[in-house]
Amino acid sequence: MSIHRLSLYELHEKFTAGEVTATEIVRAYGLRIGQVEPKVKAYITQTKDTAVKQAGALDASLKGWRKTLPLMGMPLAIKDNICTQGVLTTCASRMLGNFVPPYDATVIAKLRAQGYQLLGKTNLDEFAMGSSTENSAVGPSRNPWNLECVPGGSSGGSAAAVAADECAAALGSDTGGSIRQPAAFCGVVGLKPTYGRVSRYGLIAFASSLDQIGPITKDVRDAAFLLGAIAGHDPLDSTSADVPVPDYLKALKRKDLKKLKVGVPVEFFAEGLDPDVEQAVRAAIQELKALGGEIREIQLPRTDAAVAIYYVIATAEASSNLARYDGVKFGLRAKETKDLLDLYMKTRQEGFGPEVKRRIMLGTYVLSAGYYDAYYGKAQAVRTLIRQDFEAAFQDVDLIVTPVTPTPAFKFGAKGDDPLQMYLSDVFTISANLAGVPAISLPCGFSRDGLPIGLQLIGRPFEEETLLRAAYAYEQNTQWRAKKPVIR
Amino acid sequence: MTYEAVIGVEVHAQLRTKSKLFCGCGTVFGLAANSQTCPLCLGLPGSLPVLNRAAVEMAVRAGLALNCTIAVNNIFARKNYFYPDLPKGYQISQYEAPICEHGWIEIAVGEGTQRVRIRRAHLEEDAGKSVHVAGTNGSRVDLNRAGTPLLEIVTEPDLRSADQVVAYLKGLRDVLMYLEVCDGNMDEGSFRCEPNLSLRPLGQKEFGTKVELKNINSFKFVKDAIDYEIKRQTKVLSEGGKINQETRLWNLDRGETAVMRSKEDAHDYRYFPDPDLVPLKLDQEWIEGCRKQVAELPAVRMRRFVSEFGLSEYDAGVLTASRAMADYYETCVGLFNQPKIVSNWVMGELTRELNRSGTDASASPVSPEQLVSLLQLVEQGTISLKVAREIFPEVYSSGKTPEQIVQEKGLIQVSDEGALDQVIGDVLAKNLTQVAQFKEGKQQVLGFLVGQVMKASGGKANPGKVNELLKKRLG
Repeated sequence: MSIHRLSLYELHEKFTAGEVTATEIVRAYGLRIGQVEPKVKAYITQTKDTAVKQAGALDASLKGWRKTLPLMGMPLAIKDNICTQGVLTTCASRMLGNFVPPYDATVIAKLRAQGYQLLGKTNLDEFAMGSSTENSAVGPSRNPWNLECVPGGSSGGSAAAVAADECAAALGSDTGGSIRQPAAFCGVVGLKPTYGRVSRYGLIAFASSLDQIGPITKDVRDAAFLLGAIAGHDPLDSTSADVPVPDYLKALKRKDLKKLKVGVPVEFFAEGLDPDVEQAVRAAIQELKALGGEIREIQLPRTDAAVAIYYVIATAEASSNLARYDGVKFGLRAKETKDLLDLYMKTRQEGFGPEVKRRIMLGTYVLSAGYYDAYYGKAQAVRTLIRQDFEAAFQDVDLIVTPVTPTPAFKFGAKGDDPLQMYLSDVFTISANLAGVPAISLPCGFSRDGLPIGLQLIGRPFEEETLLRAAYAYEQNTQWRAKKPVIR
Repeated sequence: MTYEAVIGVEVHAQLRTKSKLFCGCGTVFGLAANSQTCPLCLGLPGSLPVLNRAAVEMAVRAGLALNCTIAVNNIFARKNYFYPDLPKGYQISQYEAPICEHGWIEIAVGEGTQRVRIRRAHLEEDAGKSVHVAGTNGSRVDLNRAGTPLLEIVTEPDLRSADQVVAYLKGLRDVLMYLEVCDGNMDEGSFRCEPNLSLRPLGQKEFGTKVELKNINSFKFVKDAIDYEIKRQTKVLSEGGKINQETRLWNLDRGETAVMRSKEDAHDYRYFPDPDLVPLKLDQEWIEGCRKQVAELPAVRMRRFVSEFGLSEYDAGVLTASRAMADYYETCVGLFNQPKIVSNWVMGELTRELNRSGTDASASPVSPEQLVSLLQLVEQGTISLKVAREIFPEVYSSGKTPEQIVQEKGLIQVSDEGALDQVIGDVLAKNLTQVAQFKEGKQQVLGFLVGQVMKASGGKANPGKVNELLKKRLG
C-alpha cells in the first residue's frame, strides 16, 4: 500500500519496524502533495525541503536502531494559527503575512521533542473566524470530495489535507466547531479536547475561553494517538488543567458500548436538519445501540441560545485579543501614515478582512460602557446555564450523540452574503465549546451527492477516553472510512 | 468666599519582584532598550500570561499593613486601549475585585495624627515607554518596563492641603519601603503619584468638579503642583468661572499645570475578566501567614523602641527607618542588654561602614553576634573603647572576629598593676615639671599624665586603672 494511504498509527508501526525510513515517508508525501495540492489548496506554507533534510538527519542518527518515540518521523500538517519557530505563521491574514514566530507553541515543542516532520502550515479562515476557509486572505481550500464545495472551517486546510492524504494527520483548533465541522465535511476524524486538556500556549488567540487545539486524523485510533502526544498540563498556560494524561490507545481495547448510556438531545434533531444528515445520524444511533449502548432521549434546553451567546462571548474576546495588531511591533504596518491614529486605522483597514472586522466591531460593541451588562454580562450568565444543562445531562448519560452539522459541505459562495446563515452552520458544535466539554466528529455516512456526513459524540470533561472508545467501536463496525475521495 | 480643597491620591508603586507580573523577564531599571523582553512582553501572538506569586504576596503584605480587607477571590481584568507602548492593546489589571480594599493609614499632621482612608489597592502590569529622540523622525518604544508589577493604591478624598498630601505620600512610601515591597525610588518611577483635586465652598458637603494631576515625580513638585492648582481653581471660581473635568500636567519649568486631556477624550476601557487567567483564590491561612510578617510598622516600632529601650525619639526613628536596621538592632540588644551602648554603635560605627560600602544592614559583614562580642570585650575590660573603635573597620572589612584581631595585634588591655607601675614610673620621670604642678594643686595635670601613660602603653593600658595608680603614686 502507498505510504500516504496509511493511517498515522500504521505508518508509525512500519517506521518503528524499520520497514520505511523517515526520508521515504517525507518523499512519498512530497509526491502526493505535488499531485493533489494544486487542486485542494490545503497548505499556506509548505516545508517539504526542510522536512527532507530533517528526515535525512533523523535516519542517519537512527542507524537502523528502531526504538523510536511515538511521533518520530511522522509527517504532520499544522494549522497556520499555531506558532512554529522559524516557520511563517500567518493566521491566513494579511496582518501576519510576514510573521515568523521566534518560539514554538507548546504542542509544537512536544511534537518536535518526539522528532515529528512538519510538512507545512494549513489554510484556515482568517484568525480562525469562519466555517468554510472562504475568509482566508490567500483564498479558500477545497473539499477533496467535491472541489466545488467548501472543506469547512476554520480548520479547513487541515481537514482537507488529511482527507486528501497530503499528511498523515494534522492539528487544528476549535473555538465553535472549527475542528469538528471541517472533519465532518471532509469525511475524517476531528477531536476537540476538554478545555484545558491541551495547552493553548502559542495558539494565536481568537476567543481565549473557547479555543482548544486538537487532532484531525484519518481514523479514531490516530486521534487517540495524536491526542496523547499533545495533551497535558503546561505551566505556560494558566488555563491548562493539571490532570494526568491517560494512555488513550488503551481506551480502544473494548470494541463495544456495553454499560454506556448514550443521550440523544431532542433539540439537536429539530427543523432545518438536512434529511440525509438526519437519516445517517439516526442510523448511527441504531448502530451504537447494537454495540451495547443504552440509548436515552435527553434535553439540553438552552441549545437555542448557544449561537447567540457564542457570538457575544467569542467576538468580545476577539476584539481584545486582536488589539495587538496595531502596526507597531510586528506584522503589517501601513505605509505613508500621517500620525499614530492614521497608522492604527490604515494598518487595521489593510490588514484585516471583512469578517474579522465585523467580529471586532461586534465584540467592541458588546463590551462598551452601557452595553456590557445587556450583552457580555448576560451571555456569561447564559453560558453558565448551558454548562449546567450538560452537567445535568451527564448525571444520566455517559455520552451525548448528535449531528455535527445541519447539512453536508456546501458550495463556495452559498452562504457568503449572509453571515447569519454561516454562523448557524455551527449550531451543533458551539455548545461543547461553551460548556468546555470534549467532543469528537467521525464519519457516519454519505449524502446522496456523495458528500461525507459526520457524527458527533460529546463527553464529560476529561473523559476523552469514553468518547474514543465509543467512536472506535462504531468505526470498527462500519465501513465509512474505507471510502476515499477521488480528487478531480 | 473661602474654599476648601478636597484631595484624593492615586499612587502607582512598583513592586520589588525579581521578575515581571506575568512572565519570567527581569525588572532591573535602566538596561538597554528591549533587552528584558520575551514573547509576552512584546505582545507576540500566542503568548500567555502566568501570574507571579511573589507579586501577589507583596500586594497582600502592603494591603495588610494598610489595614485593608484582602479579597479571597481575585479576578484579573483587561483594560483595553491603544497606545504604542501597550504591546497587547490592553493592560492586565484588576477592576471589580481589587486584592485590597477599605483600609487606612495614620499620618502625622502638625502635632497630631490623621487617618487617611484607602479605598482600594489593586495589582496591575506597567506599560512600556515611548522614547522621543530629538531630531529624529517618529518615536521608539522600549518594552523593558512592560509587565512590571504595580500596586495602584487609591485613597478616599480625605486630604485637604498640599502638606497633608505630602505627609500621606511620605507615610505611605515609608510603609512600602519598610515592608520591602517597593524601593520608593521616585526618580526611576518606582513610586508615582497622581493627586486629584476639587474645591468647594467651606462648609458645603457636595464635591466640586475634579481635576487630575500628572507628571509629578518628587514631594516638592507634589506640593508645588497642588498649591498652584488650589490657587488656579480658587481664581476661576471667584471670578464666577467653571472648573472643567480634565487631566492636567505639571510643568516644572513654568511652575504651572496645563491641560493634558479633557473628560470628552476619556476612554471607554471596556474592562472584562481576562480569559487567559483563572480567578486567583487566596487561602485564608496563607493571608494570616502574611499578616504575621507585617506585624509591626515603623511608627509603632519606633514608639516601642522609645518605651522599651529608653532611646530618644530621634535615635529610635533612625533605627526603625529600615526594617533591616531595626532587626539588626533588636538582635544585638537581645544578646547584649545595653540598649544605649548598642544604639551608639549601630548608628555610629556600623552605619558609617555600611554607608561607606553601600551595604544594607541585612547584608552587614559584621553580624549582630560579632558586634556584641566586640562590645563584650570592652565591657570585660579586655580592650579599651578606643581600641574597639579603632579596630571596627578591620572587623568589618576583614571577616575576622574581634577576638582574632585583638589577639593578632596584641591589643589586650593592660590592667596588671606591676606592668602599669613600670610604665607610670617612666612617665613620671620624664615629666617632673607636671608632677610638681600637680603637687601644687593643679588637678587638671592628672589628665595629661594619664594620656602620657596611655600613649606609652600603646593604648593598651586600662585608663581607669592608670588613673587609680597615678593618684596613688602622686598622693
